[in-house]
Amino acid sequence: MLHYVIRRVLYMIPTLFAISIVAFLVIQLPPGDYLTAYIAELSAQGQGVDSAQIRALEERYGLDDPFFVQYWNWVCGIVLDGDFGQSFQYNREVSGLMWDRIGLTLALAVVTLLLSWAIAFPFGVYSAVRQYSLGDYAVTFVGFVGLATPNFMLALIFAWVSYRYFGESVGGFVSREYADAAWNLGKVLDVLSNLWIPVLIIGTAGTAALIRVLRANLLDELRKPYVTTARAKGLPEWRVVLKYPVRMSLSPFISTIGWILPTLVGGEVMVSIVLSLETTGPLLVEALRNQDMYLAGSFILVLGVLTVVGTLLSDLLLAWWDPRIRHHHVERV
Amino acid sequence: MGALPDRPAPPEASREPLTGAGAPDTEPRTAGAPPGDVPQRVLVWRRFRRSRLAVAGALVLCALLLVSVFSEFLAPSTPDAYNAERTYAPPQRLHFADTADGLDLGMYVYDYQVERDPETLANTYTVDESTRIPVGLFVRGEPYELWGLIPSDVHLIGAADPDQDVYLLGADRNGRDMASRIIYGTRVSMSIGLAGVALSFVLGLVLGGLSGYLGGRVDNAIQRVIEFLMSIPTIPLWMGLSAAVPRDWGSVQTYVAITVLLSLIGWTDLARVVRGRFLSLRQEDFVTAARLDGCGTGRIIGRHMLPSFTSHIIASLTLAVPFMILAETSLSFLGLGLQPPVVSWGVLLQEAQNIHSIAGAPWLLLPGAAVTVAVLVLNFVGDGVRDAADPYR
Repeated sequence: MLHYVIRRVLYMIPTLFAISIVAFLVIQLPPGDYLTAYIAELSAQGQGVDSAQIRALEERYGLDDPFFVQYWNWVCGIVLDGDFGQSFQYNREVSGLMWDRIGLTLALAVVTLLLSWAIAFPFGVYSAVRQYSLGDYAVTFVGFVGLATPNFMLALIFAWVSYRYFGESVGGFVSREYADAAWNLGKVLDVLSNLWIPVLIIGTAGTAALIRVLRANLLDELRKPYVTTARAKGLPEWRVVLKYPVRMSLSPFISTIGWILPTLVGGEVMVSIVLSLETTGPLLVEALRNQDMYLAGSFILVLGVLTVVGTLLSDLLLAWWDPRIRHHHVERV
Repeated sequence: MGALPDRPAPPEASREPLTGAGAPDTEPRTAGAPPGDVPQRVLVWRRFRRSRLAVAGALVLCALLLVSVFSEFLAPSTPDAYNAERTYAPPQRLHFADTADGLDLGMYVYDYQVERDPETLANTYTVDESTRIPVGLFVRGEPYELWGLIPSDVHLIGAADPDQDVYLLGADRNGRDMASRIIYGTRVSMSIGLAGVALSFVLGLVLGGLSGYLGGRVDNAIQRVIEFLMSIPTIPLWMGLSAAVPRDWGSVQTYVAITVLLSLIGWTDLARVVRGRFLSLRQEDFVTAARLDGCGTGRIIGRHMLPSFTSHIIASLTLAVPFMILAETSLSFLGLGLQPPVVSWGVLLQEAQNIHSIAGAPWLLLPGAAVTVAVLVLNFVGDGVRDAADPYR
């Protein structure tokens, strides 16, 4: 197991490196650099451009240095000081703006993942065990539609329905009466009551995919001879199904975390914009539109790193769950 | 295998171009059919037809493709024709026959009665059942150029009188016809899906093929790249990259740039499929036989291996298109993809971004329904082809 963990962690390093390069590339791609944009911003606000300040900034970011030197400085700043650069739009440290939002995004993604599991498990098992029943068709159909509808469409439809029929406009985690309140039980309950809607919307596509995977795997398992044997020996049906085939078909279920996480984070970004939640999504889009590139690049970097770490965790979880992977180093499916 | 002395015989080669050299291996599975008589393509087609969902999907898909080819003719108007008197006009119901006094066949819609709020200048519409706007087929209306080449002004459906407007799916904030805009958007959205997939197809086939056929270090390197691309959240990455597309680029340039961006990240699934097929086929007897017969690498791949998984590739391609369409829609919805003079489903949905516009005009969400339908049918067709291509089912 230890060998596997080490190998898997080592695999992660080049990926992290590549992500940081891509994120920095995103910062560098737009024409002009951070400073010209910053100066333009300052003059647009009618402020005089302080030449000493500019020289300080120039030195700090090494804007005349070649690409890789700049990249190196940026990464060193992040790793050593947690300094992600400056957001010129807010005139603040990026790190100060970012962490709250990232935390909410992460919380949302984790809750969504758990909910997807909770929903996908019973429905997936049901629709495999009762294949071609009315319920199976219903689950399959809902699953297909869930896969085909863009998340933000669902959010829009939901916003419209709640506006039209309940007369309230949705948006935000915290209701108005709790906006300035300190954290107490009432506020927590309020946030929870606002949270389930975005969670449900973000989770649709992932849940639908999970149901389909679980159903397909379980169907394959159920046709195997050992199931017949177990049944012939007189085990009750629920035990026959739950004890072995479900356990077998759960392995890919766990490994899907790896590819579901990127989808969740992406979906979260889109849905948050529509429902105006205070997560990364709206700030990221705003940063990209205004070419506030250090902010945008840092978001992309952190989201990417978190996803890779999540994938690592899911792989380790899978290795713990499935001894075949642990011992034979089977590539994950 | 030793009983195959017909290698130099040209008739053998021309008789079964589709099954390729896989024939000796695959024929026993197609039980009942005389050897070489039923090409793989026909078998796949027979199995495909058995799935009702896939056939229905294929029909709708054909309709969508027709719509994107003949959008100018099919649209009641043009996407840019506006009417300031008809901002946010609700959809009009199309009536086919008038039963008020006897049966009078003929299509018509009721006109609106418009009341303008003097303060907000917002129009309120009520259906005016006393005035009718006759609707006809093959009517003259807004002039257009079919494919930018053939000038015409004949529309499949529209108001019989060119001076009147019909809004079958309502109007947007500039009084532009939503039906026409969705129809024109079909062309852009479907074509960006197809073009993006074509590009990722090339990337996926080449890189996946190399990876699977060569194996070893090349395989390892390409696999790491794929894992990397799959492990980063695509939407933020796409957003970052497309934000770097300069704003002053023309619509064609932006279109190409977005397509390239989508396929640069979207080729991974395809490469994995191709690699997987190559890996499993490499071990097959007929490939060994071909190699022992002295075939070159190019011939083994092109003539012996490729034909046996063409249908799998088609299935993966079909399943990749909806992915592209969804991505384009998301980007354009955020204002980071295609830009407004271009009409795509995502661009249209930009109008529906805030609750105030959709509260008053829910028909602005209709392009989203188009996206869902397109994605759904492409998935049905893709699943159908994949199942049909699987000889073990």
